[in-house]
Amino acid sequence: MHRQTAITGIGETRYSKNSGKTVARLYLEASLDAIRDAGLSPKDIDGIIPYSNSPVVAEELATNFGIPDLKFSATTPLGGASPVAALQCAAAVVSAGICKHVLVPLGRNGSSGGRISTRVQEMPQFKLIGEFEMPLGAIAPAQLYAPMARRHMELYGTTSLQFAEVAVSTRDNAIAHGNAMMSKPITVEDHQASRMISDPLRLFDCSLESDGAAAFVLSGADAARDLRQPVVEVLGVAEGHPDSPSAITQRPDLTRLGLAKAAPRAFAMAGVKPDDIDVAEIYDCFTYTVIAQIEALGFCAPGEGGPFIEGGTIRRDGKLPVNTHGGLLSQAHMAGMNHIVELVRQLRGEGGNTQVDNAEVGLVTGYGDMGDGSVAIMARA
Amino acid sequence: MDEATPTLADLKPMPNPTPDTAPYWDALREHKLVLQRCSDCGVFRHYPRPLCEHCLSFDHTWEPASGRGSVHSWTETHHAFNPGFKGELPYVLVTVDLEENVRLQLQLRDAGLDDLRIGLPVRIDFEAVNDQLTVPVARLA
Repeated sequence: MHRQTAITGIGETRYSKNSGKTVARLYLEASLDAIRDAGLSPKDIDGIIPYSNSPVVAEELATNFGIPDLKFSATTPLGGASPVAALQCAAAVVSAGICKHVLVPLGRNGSSGGRISTRVQEMPQFKLIGEFEMPLGAIAPAQLYAPMARRHMELYGTTSLQFAEVAVSTRDNAIAHGNAMMSKPITVEDHQASRMISDPLRLFDCSLESDGAAAFVLSGADAARDLRQPVVEVLGVAEGHPDSPSAITQRPDLTRLGLAKAAPRAFAMAGVKPDDIDVAEIYDCFTYTVIAQIEALGFCAPGEGGPFIEGGTIRRDGKLPVNTHGGLLSQAHMAGMNHIVELVRQLRGEGGNTQVDNAEVGLVTGYGDMGDGSVAIMARA
Repeated sequence: MDEATPTLADLKPMPNPTPDTAPYWDALREHKLVLQRCSDCGVFRHYPRPLCEHCLSFDHTWEPASGRGSVHSWTETHHAFNPGFKGELPYVLVTVDLEENVRLQLQLRDAGLDDLRIGLPVRIDFEAVNDQLTVPVARLA
């Protein structure tokens, strides 16, 4: 699939605590933005991959758009790894000639419509956690991820101050970016003073709960050249599932992610190395997961993620600028669809206040369902 | 009044056992920890499930576990994600490696964050939540 497809359109709504709109409406607004951004009409869309944990299905979008001949629909059930996994799915069906233009949208009232943090028990992929861990008091993602972070700290000396660097750097990006829920700067001291949620994870280590929507359109690379926008090609993409996919607790190595399996496949398909990446949008449900993924992606050796991010490495002017939009920690929790939108914007050179100089090759990850991983590597053609 | 006054603890999530998992919970009510063991290759597995991943046998027995293990990792929770646990905050959850080479997620009793390190020996004890549910807990060995 190397260089056979491109992201031709991106769209997103404003992000807020209370959208005042239905989830379907949010989906449609971001989707229309993305379709028009590409210079297409909704009737050109012949494939739809909506978010798997969503009340809105492809049929509802096709009905609203009056799509006459939808040739493909699916979902990719990987939680926060779904959007990038959907990119892989879309690239596969376009490369196979099944579809010409696939819409991949995600919308949610994740703040006003019921907190995501405690909704885990409703999801079938978590039935083992629901039966064997929740009755004991291990209920929310923060509690299930905290032992991964603690184990990393004990084995490698990773510190809460290193988590703070992720939180502070990401907030700084959100403020500069503009379309972000959080607008107040934070310091390392603010991070250290934020209340403990589940040790070692403090409030400022945890992502937001948000209302809004984001979407992209993926098309064949040839078709992309005839459309409106600078061509952003998909060089490589992959998904990976951790050992013991159902429960973190049963994983032989708590610090090893599904992304560690996906990353070598994506880099091999892309024909680039970690050193070639100019900008990275890394799924940040928690600060720790950014550090863990930097290791899994091969930017440094396992255990060295903490020291790696010190000294400004992930700042906008650093060696590896990360989450130039403010991520899930400070922009909005759109399950990583906002990370894909931001990477495309960066590679087009439309990053505004947070544009990374000479951003030609970039990477975006997804992370979800307690350890599933996905990664796409893209480049301006 | 025939019925006890409801308390916050009544709001705790309850397991909804299936035929594949019910023997685990039934044994806990009798203060026994049992684990699934493959009848063909002898490997223990947890959480309970129909198939042995090593030899693809459905045949299994439920065998008493040693109740001995060591700490793999932990967290101390300060926020009640379910109101049923509000009265217990903060509480420590430990991820424990059992001698049978499976893991349990447990609340820790009689010890705190300062006592914990990877490899710390613990033993399994039991606590009744209500008539239907008894849970395993960890105590320092």
